Amino acid sequence: MFFDVDITLSRGNRQINATFSSTAGITGLFGPSGVGKTSILDAMAGLIRPTSGHITVAGSKLFDAKTKLNLPPEARSCGYVFQDIRLFPHRNVRENLLFGQKLAPVDRRWMALEEATQFLGIAHLLERRPRTLSGGEAQRVAIGRALLSAPRFLLMDEPLSSLDPARREGIMTVIERIRDELHLPILYVSHDRVELNRLADQIVELPC
Amino acid sequence: MFLLSPGEWAIVSLSLKVSMVAIAVILPLALALAWLLARRQFPGKILVDALVHLPLVLPPVVTGWMLLLAFGKQGPIGRFFESTIGLGFVFHWTGAALASAVMALPLMVRAMRLSFEMVDQRLENAARTLGAGPWRTFCSITLPLVTPGILAGAMLGFARSIGEFGATITFASNIPGETRTLPLAIYSSLQVPGTDSEVFRLACISVALSLGALVISEWLARRMGGGKSHVL
Repeated sequence: MFFDVDITLSRGNRQINATFSSTAGITGLFGPSGVGKTSILDAMAGLIRPTSGHITVAGSKLFDAKTKLNLPPEARSCGYVFQDIRLFPHRNVRENLLFGQKLAPVDRRWMALEEATQFLGIAHLLERRPRTLSGGEAQRVAIGRALLSAPRFLLMDEPLSSLDPARREGIMTVIERIRDELHLPILYVSHDRVELNRLADQIVELPC
Repeated sequence: MFLLSPGEWAIVSLSLKVSMVAIAVILPLALALAWLLARRQFPGKILVDALVHLPLVLPPVVTGWMLLLAFGKQGPIGRFFESTIGLGFVFHWTGAALASAVMALPLMVRAMRLSFEMVDQRLENAARTLGAGPWRTFCSITLPLVTPGILAGAMLGFARSIGEFGATITFASNIPGETRTLPLAIYSSLQVPGTDSEVFRLACISVALSLGALVISEWLARRMGGGKSHVL
């Protein structure tokens, strides 16, 4: 079992429940907008504290309400690709890509900058500022930044939503290659059934 | 033709010294208070907020008198500094700097707090997921993004400090060459008949200094918008 999650989150006066377990590959989190998909990813990353339950990834506990265990985000080794991208505006593409890599212990790094830039086709963007990138370019840099931080799993929040159809195809191919070539388990959030049918090995449907 | 006479230069350099020391000393406190008020919820926050702003609304003579009570020769804090490191405030330029610092604090905190509030916390969260702890995130993401705001706040404080009068004259007194800063020198000249041209020249210097500091502060504050626009 790779992801083993059973949590309750409280956002405002609403309760969000998520219970799922899945093996490696791409696990799709499916549900309409506003059901709390992003909140679940935030909880996986340690940005939100669930009110109860547990989160286990690859056998190690990241959160457990019973034992009051709550690893901070920086100790969870998750690569989070945000829906709103969040590249650091005051650093160029190269510095954005290397931000997480520099912080990862040397023996845990499994990808070099050159590999990542080649894999994602962003080698020509290294000296650019994030504000000068197109949506597709920024998304690929964000994926590269997450991959280079030596993650044990990826969280992807609607990575195709801000892109036009031509760009979508490119990013989708990248995601399939992450799954097939890098063997990195991915928790993938989307409200688009077609997208998930193509990418996900297993789909978790969230109740409204 | 507008060259400063040695006397005027002494006044200006004293003013600059007092203001620069005041801002340098109060900057860390202003930064910490700005961060605290922008980012943290704690009991008594409203009270801290009000206390920080007090020098902005209090008559400066009252602020000066309160400084005298605390930092004067008989004041508890004043006695402590005098006995431990031999640092006196009253009748001394350090007193003028202290009065300036206290008067500049609220303006600095306001400007810096605003810039902390403008930093997108989603960027800080992104840094955390990439492996940066809270302190590293603050140093590598938050601080660079608020730097224009910090500088703008410091310049605003400097402008306020250059113009400080009431608290200074009450607390540190009006001693030529020691605590007689630009505004105090103008006031002193006004007491003497037939010094119109002297007053005029000092007033012009005062306007130039304050205007320069304000323009720089405004220019820096405008560069602050940068922190937000890059997140989709």
